[in-house]
Amino acid sequence: MAMALSDSETMSSALSGSRRDLSRALTAIENGANFDFAAADPWTLGVTGPPGVGKSSLIGSLISKWADRGERVAVLAVDPSSPNSGGALLADRMRMQEADSADSVFVRSLATRNHPGGLASRISPMIDCLHACGWSRIVIETVGSGQSEIRIVAFADRVLLVDGPDRGDVIQAEKAGILELADIIAINKSDLPNSEQAADSVRTAMRLVNGSDTPVHLVSAHDGSGVDDLLEEIESCSFSVGRNRLRAREQLLSAWDSRLLDHPGLNEVLDSLETGSITLDEAVESLR
Amino acid sequence: MRIVIAKPGLDGHDRGAKVVARALRDGGHEVVYTGLRKTPEEIVRIVMDEDAAALGLSTLSGAHDVLVPAVCDGLREEGLSEVIVFAGGIIPSDERDSLHNQGVRAIFGPGARTSEILEFLEAASGRIESGEPVGVGENSGWRWR
Repeated sequence: MAMALSDSETMSSALSGSRRDLSRALTAIENGANFDFAAADPWTLGVTGPPGVGKSSLIGSLISKWADRGERVAVLAVDPSSPNSGGALLADRMRMQEADSADSVFVRSLATRNHPGGLASRISPMIDCLHACGWSRIVIETVGSGQSEIRIVAFADRVLLVDGPDRGDVIQAEKAGILELADIIAINKSDLPNSEQAADSVRTAMRLVNGSDTPVHLVSAHDGSGVDDLLEEIESCSFSVGRNRLRAREQLLSAWDSRLLDHPGLNEVLDSLETGSITLDEAVESLR
Repeated sequence: MRIVIAKPGLDGHDRGAKVVARALRDGGHEVVYTGLRKTPEEIVRIVMDEDAAALGLSTLSGAHDVLVPAVCDGLREEGLSEVIVFAGGIIPSDERDSLHNQGVRAIFGPGARTSEILEFLEAASGRIESGEPVGVGENSGWRWR
């Protein structure tokens, strides 16, 4: 049996270019290991949206274009863990061209592991690790269906919201707060009927709802139309101060959550709450 | 455990692979499914990038004798010797020994129960915990049943 490397040996091997050890270092980080990385400013894009709108396929198209431009693209594709078994089925990468072959593309599938805020607290160090290892474009993909997913994309410097025609989900998404975080909206599947109308109705709704100038792009991951323009928009996107505050807020909430869930007294307090021997206010006080 | 379920070669039948992937998920594992028609090189790359502890290869095309050893060799060459490899699909019983000699620790054919695959993975984890060899590149005659 090969001698197992320590976490720090794994990391230095990853930093010197070992893909296998980068992969192992990411696992170590996911499981709670901490490393010191030189202060840096990784390039990050969060991609979210309802299930089945083609987020992974669209990321696949973007990956190819970035790779052609000489960028090294890493994707962290997040899928939910099953609340019953704790297991997860992770199949985002099968929609991404070149994810399995190009040296300049690295895709890691991640399960949320049912720790609200838990994975979010590991995303930042994973991004730092990928950046330190020379990955110049880092994409975080989540299904935009719940609060914990929003918190994960809030760790990216720019957020792309993807929707499809005939859904109306983008407006639904406002309830979850994703719309406010989105810097760019893409309506995918422009090769299908009604996509033009869908894009128009989203544009109208965006203006009515918050008078925002969030750009709405009509694209097709299937035939590639509109993807070049979307890529230019993403590349030239600079985050606004207002969204920065929203991002900071989501990050703070997720850090707070992790702190709470890691509290040694948590189970005891839950027991007391369950039997009704303390109130919620008392519980919060005792966990401070 | 993180497990990659892969479809090597030109075989377009993946109902079995999907049933297995789902059963492993329901057994509490994190399963990455590759999709159809992957080359051995791509499968090795996926196992590496996903830092998977185990790899299940599903093949119904009859090309297992070429594809499975190619994947096993690739894993060893890339320093992934500790990965547990198992296989399933249509693999005739008289062709199984050569795959086991390549480091494949279990082969599940038609009629195998998904619970048996979970038992195999549990047994393999048990061997890892007690320091016994079970990976594709680790010298071991061990095989499941």
